[in-house]
Amino acid sequence: MSGQGRILDIQGPIVIAELPNARTGEQVKLGKPGLMGEVIAREGARAIVQVYENTEGLRPGEPATAMGEPLSVELGPGILGGIFDGLQRPLETMLAQTGERIERGLVIPAIDRAKQWPFVPQEELKVGARIAGGAILGTVQENASVVHRILVPPEVAGELIDLAPAGDYTVVDVIGRVRDRQGNIHKLHLSSRWPVRMPRPFNKRDHAVQPLITGQRIMDTFFPLLKGGKGAIPGPFGAGKTVLQQQIARWSDAQIVIYVGCGERGNELTEVLDTFPKLTDPRSGRPLMERTLLVANTSNMPVVAREVSVYVGMTIAEYFRDQGFDVVMVADSTSRWAEALREVAGRLGQMPVEEGYPAYLGSTLAAFYERAGRVESLSGGHGSVTLIGAVSPPGGDFSEPVTSHTKDIIQTFWALSKDLADARHYPSVDWLESFSLFVDTAARWWHGNIGEDWLQLRNKALRLLTEAEELNRIVNLVGVEALSGQQRWTLESARLVREGLLQQSALEAKDSFCSPEKQYLLLSLMIDIYNRGAEMLRLGMPVQELLRLPLLAKARRWKIAYGSDELEGLRQEAREIVPLFDALRAEYASPAAQRHESEGTES
Amino acid sequence: MSSLEYRSAAWARGGLLAMRSVPEAALGDRVVVRDHKGRSRNGQVIRTSADLVLVQIFEGTDNLDLERTWVRFLDQPFELALAPEVLGRVFNGVGQPRDGRPPIVSRLSRNVNGASINPAARAYPREFIQTGISTIDGMNTLVRGQKLPVFSGSGLPHNRIAAQIVRQAKLLHQSHPSPSGIGGGGEFPSPSGRGVRGEGASETRNQSFAIVFAAMGVSHSDARFFEESFEESGVLGQVATFINLADDPPIERLILPRVALTCAEYLAFDLGMHVLVVMTDMTYYAEALREIATGKGDVPARKGFPGYLYSDLAEIYERAGRIRGKNGSITMIPVVSMPSDDITHPVPDLTGYITEGQIVLSRELAAANVQPPVAVLPSLSRLMKDGIGEGMTREDHARVASQLFASYAKAQEVRSLAAIIGAEELSEEDNRYLQFAEAFENRFVSQGEREDRTIFQTLDLAWEVLSLLPKEALTRLSEKDLDAHYQQAIAG
Ligand SMILES: Nc1ncnc2c1ncn2[C@@H]1O[C@H](COP(=O)(O)OP(=O)(O)OP(=O)(O)O)[C@@H](O)[C@H]1O
Ligand SMILES: [Mg+2]
Repeated sequence: MSGQGRILDIQGPIVIAELPNARTGEQVKLGKPGLMGEVIAREGARAIVQVYENTEGLRPGEPATAMGEPLSVELGPGILGGIFDGLQRPLETMLAQTGERIERGLVIPAIDRAKQWPFVPQEELKVGARIAGGAILGTVQENASVVHRILVPPEVAGELIDLAPAGDYTVVDVIGRVRDRQGNIHKLHLSSRWPVRMPRPFNKRDHAVQPLITGQRIMDTFFPLLKGGKGAIPGPFGAGKTVLQQQIARWSDAQIVIYVGCGERGNELTEVLDTFPKLTDPRSGRPLMERTLLVANTSNMPVVAREVSVYVGMTIAEYFRDQGFDVVMVADSTSRWAEALREVAGRLGQMPVEEGYPAYLGSTLAAFYERAGRVESLSGGHGSVTLIGAVSPPGGDFSEPVTSHTKDIIQTFWALSKDLADARHYPSVDWLESFSLFVDTAARWWHGNIGEDWLQLRNKALRLLTEAEELNRIVNLVGVEALSGQQRWTLESARLVREGLLQQSALEAKDSFCSPEKQYLLLSLMIDIYNRGAEMLRLGMPVQELLRLPLLAKARRWKIAYGSDELEGLRQEAREIVPLFDALRAEYASPAAQRHESEGTES
Repeated sequence: MSSLEYRSAAWARGGLLAMRSVPEAALGDRVVVRDHKGRSRNGQVIRTSADLVLVQIFEGTDNLDLERTWVRFLDQPFELALAPEVLGRVFNGVGQPRDGRPPIVSRLSRNVNGASINPAARAYPREFIQTGISTIDGMNTLVRGQKLPVFSGSGLPHNRIAAQIVRQAKLLHQSHPSPSGIGGGGEFPSPSGRGVRGEGASETRNQSFAIVFAAMGVSHSDARFFEESFEESGVLGQVATFINLADDPPIERLILPRVALTCAEYLAFDLGMHVLVVMTDMTYYAEALREIATGKGDVPARKGFPGYLYSDLAEIYERAGRIRGKNGSITMIPVVSMPSDDITHPVPDLTGYITEGQIVLSRELAAANVQPPVAVLPSLSRLMKDGIGEGMTREDHARVASQLFASYAKAQEVRSLAAIIGAEELSEEDNRYLQFAEAFENRFVSQGEREDRTIFQTLDLAWEVLSLLPKEALTRLSEKDLDAHYQQAIAG
């Protein structure tokens, strides 16, 4: 059902129209250019519409049409590898059709209507079977990396009255029909639609059990996130949020990656578009772009579409989750989305509470993050959406509303620090401010798969870092000479952990991705060096000599000297540590031992 | 709608004029206001309904007699006429001549708001621009199509740096392939940093190069400084200037960068030129925006600036860049002054969130007579990584830059330690860091306003100062780098 009306008032992205029958959430088409918008409130016969496109040139009196449907996305084979705007319009197609500038009022379907896909029906599924939402009708090999599962839409249930044979179909061809209890016939296609603001249903939530392996040491080893978890990366400008999110998009062991560029730079998306097709997944060896989908509403694109872009990304993520995939969605930056909320709230005259944000900021953020999780899908399978949001606090102040609300919601918090970034310590994750609620669960995985003392080693490394922080305070008061030998060794070892382990360059080929095995090996080596050094000090070795060991400078370079597929070299280095310290031990222990022995004989 | 004149002004204040009973005015339409003295002012519709139309007046609303104010709605968006003759001309914020010469007449005109570039249409910027300034070329490299602001404070030499960039910016062209990369490291040995690279690299800066200068709220003397600087370097004929001075109406600053960038886009993407846009001072722009926002009753976010300041600035800055399949480019150097030297002030802060890095000037360095006083640690170029290295600058460039950052950061720690416990108490190694920091600031950072260093001179100089540190401290450099460039003699 659609209703006709006319525009009354235009102010930036907010238009008031006379549309007596429109419902909130309903799509509205406005004016001669046919701009799309969404009803956000009703006041009598008037609808308040937020417009996804620039409203310049609209006039009072021009027509307004309610479209009868909330904003929905199209879900089906053909969306992977693509880049879409905040309304899921394919940007490459727009480029081909209308040139380098984005034109308004364009209606382009997300998926090419003419392209055919090889559909293979589910073998066990027979005509006459009772099927329900979420059931797998068949598969489409979308590309070499991903087998797309075609699901019965959640709201459909009944008797399967026909199912297409294996063959090539477009997304609008009918591939099956279902008769429901009332006798209504539902046509099924390779694609379906879902309203973006409504979470897709599932049977139940599952416990998240597996760490998401990102190949980033500061994340996996120190502040892990689980598949199905919620994480945030807050940090001032230039601290490395985007690089870290791109690293996750590149290297994490997810099957599908949704990258939402929300109110950020155009060139950052270009970079992904340029590099991902050339990079390969370290596990499958396939081009990364095959498992990736980009949603782009850059900072110069209209604000309201920015607000919906995160919902568009999330709905697509849930759709793949329902097929049984582990999906990672990164959103850069959730602050821009929150600002879009603020802008609309401000124009509606809603009472601001903090820094202009409306009172519902916290609950809106929480409800959104809640869409992440590991679930049992309607068909009984398991899938997950891991959500990682960048947060861009004004002035780098973490007490501002978006950061503080987000901090209450998420489970892993990677706090980026301006001081570390200024000193070019990347990733600039501050180990004192960051936290993960998942360390114990992750430990189970590490202990079972990589090394049994992982948790112990990790905690030791963190303790060295905290102790060093204390010691540095002393040094800054009275100088390094005031420290004992052991304390200086703690400082040096913490430095080893910082430079040899925490620092990880996204730009160095051998360091950009670090496998769990390499992470564990480096971690255990650093702690081993610390322990052995501490032993030497106890035996009487002067700390200055210990600090002069060439091993220390070498250990700092191991991460770039050996790639994740060259661990044998690293193990060889490990083997060389033993004789080195044995020799030292012989040197320092024997006189003491002799003295001890001689003392023994005397008594 | 006709181009009737309306005399139905309801109120006017703070650059805003409200009109009653103007049916069907379109949002964004251009408006011409005739005041009681017969002078005309330019405006634009920013809110429209059947009862009330709100117009922002770029010349301000002072001295408007509501009874005798005639308003004409031109029924067209705010456009700028474009022709190659814009070069060498001086305009005001709305694009009218300020140089006493006739207006640009052309069949081509464009909406000054532009339309967003489709992100899929962008080409990633990666061509190194040599500015001749070591702190930029060596550590915060500028590439074609980048937006790299200068963050400054009152009394600091941001204008002189911007002018020096304009004067010296050029591309390096590798006319001869470099000796094969095997062995890396020492491909371009230039003895003691004084070597001039003649053959391998040649500079390009020709007719396809243009400058768009956008001045908002600057003083007469600053404007004159730029004009003289352009004249002196003989590029005046390649400059299109848009000026709103400190004593010109502030509201005009809102449209000026949009007008100037419409011109830049024309030069870059229609005429295929490489355009360098210098915009100064974005803080005055933002203050004008705040003034209008307050007048409209917009909800303030921080320091009274409206919540949409980020998006508004992004509309401006994101017009820089390159486009697939097009020749030209827009490289942007905005100047942003930091009120009370506060980098967390909303204007520098939001700018930093949008631009691709920043060059930060420091009052301490200026006071210590380091010129240009570039604070390298808070400075950043995000596009550096793809514009440097073998075939573009030099193979060791990225590692040298990284080492300079790390060593200087460490030296700063040593300095604050020395301030507490006294330099005598420092270890031998720490003392070398102090020497390094001195040399770095006085020889690498400091350079003459006329000193145009090649990237190779810059990198050699970097090695000279790095060689003050023991080899073992240079962990970000490879063994090969050290063998090729470390200067034992300096290390002593
Ligand atoms: N892990 C890393 N390895 C190497 N360089 C890095 C790393 N992280 C950040 N950098 C450097 O820091 C720069 C800024 O990082 P990034 O663009 O991710 O910052 P950001 O926090 O997203 O900033 P903004 O909020 O302004 O978008 C990068 O261009 C890169 O030079
Ligand atoms: Mg970023």
